[in-house]
Amino acid sequence: MKKNWPVILLCLVLATGLVLPLATGASPPGFYVEVLLGGLMAGVLYSLVALGFALIFKASGVFNFAQGAMVLFAALAVARLSEQMPFWLAIVLALAIMVVLAWLIERLVLRPLVNQEGVALLMATLGVTYFLDGFGQTVWGSDIYKIELGIAKEPVMVLEQIFQGGILVNKEDFVAAIVAAALVLGLALFFQKTPTGRALRAVADDHQAAQSIGIPLNRIWVIVWSVAGLVALVAGVIWGSKLGVQFSLSQVALKALPVVILGGFTSVTGAIVGGLIIGVGEKMAEVFLGPVLVKAFDLAGGGIENWFAYMLALLFLLVRPEGLFGEKHIDRV
Amino acid sequence: MLYRENGQFKSSYSSDQQMLPILQDRVLMIALLAIAFVAVPLFVSDYVFLSLLIPFLILTLAAIGLNLLVGYCGQISIGHAAFMAVGAYAAYNLALRIPQLNFLVVLVLAGFIAAAVGILFGVPSLRIKGLYLAVATLAAQFFMDWLFARVKWFTNYSPSGSVSPPPVELFGWVLDAPAEKYVFLLGVLVVFTLIAKNLVRSHIGREWMAMRDMDVAAEVIGIRPVYAKLTAFAVSAFFVGVAGALWGFVHLGSWEPLAFNLTLSLNLLFMIIIGGMGSLLGCYFGAAFIVALPIVLNQVPAWLGVPISTATASHLEFMIFGALIVFFLIVEPHGLARLWAIGKEKLRLWPFPH
Repeated sequence: MKKNWPVILLCLVLATGLVLPLATGASPPGFYVEVLLGGLMAGVLYSLVALGFALIFKASGVFNFAQGAMVLFAALAVARLSEQMPFWLAIVLALAIMVVLAWLIERLVLRPLVNQEGVALLMATLGVTYFLDGFGQTVWGSDIYKIELGIAKEPVMVLEQIFQGGILVNKEDFVAAIVAAALVLGLALFFQKTPTGRALRAVADDHQAAQSIGIPLNRIWVIVWSVAGLVALVAGVIWGSKLGVQFSLSQVALKALPVVILGGFTSVTGAIVGGLIIGVGEKMAEVFLGPVLVKAFDLAGGGIENWFAYMLALLFLLVRPEGLFGEKHIDRV
Repeated sequence: MLYRENGQFKSSYSSDQQMLPILQDRVLMIALLAIAFVAVPLFVSDYVFLSLLIPFLILTLAAIGLNLLVGYCGQISIGHAAFMAVGAYAAYNLALRIPQLNFLVVLVLAGFIAAAVGILFGVPSLRIKGLYLAVATLAAQFFMDWLFARVKWFTNYSPSGSVSPPPVELFGWVLDAPAEKYVFLLGVLVVFTLIAKNLVRSHIGREWMAMRDMDVAAEVIGIRPVYAKLTAFAVSAFFVGVAGALWGFVHLGSWEPLAFNLTLSLNLLFMIIIGGMGSLLGCYFGAAFIVALPIVLNQVPAWLGVPISTATASHLEFMIFGALIVFFLIVEPHGLARLWAIGKEKLRLWPFPH
């Protein structure tokens, strides 16, 4: 217990920061809840991308920098295909493309690099990132595209009885949250209940042991990358409908890195909880801490959400390198 | 036949320790330096200076800095443009607030400030490594991007956030012609390459390499990890900071808030992967490659008579970059420098089979 005090201290500081705006009356409760909800929604999206990271890292030990590029690629595919055909068909086709992509990555990048150290693999996925960014925009075009989910975008007022002035909530966000939750549930079932899922977990635990009992590693990797492609597709569609499909999507997806750090590299739960923490923390920091900083240091504007997540992750790394839910084992010098 | 060391005996410690032990290498190096310092400024056009040679020299310096950290000490960083930014803004503020300071002093001080920031962001490396460290350096990248864009003091309260430093002047010699800039940068690069070369073959470089190869074993034989890692971060950030100051002052002239962004960081990383990790020569190859590739790619379609739009060209550039990175990692993880070494080895026997 004694070694845990920095973690507890950090959590306490964060929790204080969280309730401070409300406690000091700096914000009306309704507005506060609105920001909180907005943070949670953003967090769900971060979780989705982080989930892709965690899945691949767990099963193949590859730190997949290309997850963001995959999100962009999938979103572009859906956006452009849905111009030509019904939406559901576009989704199915895009999914097929992601599976082919997963197979190609396994075949052309991962298999020749098997047994290399993690850093080399990270750089290989950096290469994949660049390739996918360029390839996606060459094939699908580089303008800003829209994905229409057919859900009203206008925010609605809810809970007007409880809070003064009510809370503005985006219906689309709710759908996104539900879809994300369904996806996570489906993945959990897939991992826990199906033979393939069991094989995936076996590979994640120990590559060699899994191979020695006859689990084909190569096929497992294709499956994992396909699942990551599916997650990227969902994240891309939701995000694309929110922000428009454009190049910056792959940059936003980088936010998933601090999320996996926070939650622990190998943990699916961690990816989800970490995503929510980062989403809420970031929004809170931007809305409540930002103006304070701007006033105190005479800044040229806020925008601290660009780095807040990373700094939070950095602090966590210092006090708890394995993350909230990660495995305890970590190389330390 | 031409390139062999037969008959060149080492009869003293100093001849054993010299940097270029083979006579042919020394001749070649002197010839190269003579060409670079004398012939190139006389015969090369301004366009080549501005779009090829000047970026090449500065990025080589930055790549050497990054290579000291990643290639020699094994600590990955994907946020090194942040330290370039620190160097550039430090130099800008020094030059602005203390105008009587010599530019060389400004450069060195900017390097030291970058080194201090480098140590700060290197502290996490004492607890974490590999992929985790990558995220920590990413934090440096985004934080510095934000800091220099938002804190008005750094940009001297310029309304647009962009800064224009005073022209570079050395002892009354104003660097304005491209050829002058080139000669100055070449001089700086030669000095820093010598420093780097001597660092990596001295005890400190050996400590870094021991740290890279196996940290636990290095600690067992008495190398202090704290000292080794933080010096690597400091020296690396110093080099990169100087490169950043030069990039801002000499190459860009004036720059926008996000001139030192993640793309630049990744490009630096690509340079050392393609050039060769843990090789100073590789930094030159890698930087040349990364600087030349976009220009060549823009020219090729014109030569072939296939017009493609600039947007497509830049996407193709991305694709080719990405594919090349993967290709190099698979086929030749030690990069162009390794190919060069193989070529030299072959040359020792050529044209005979044995």
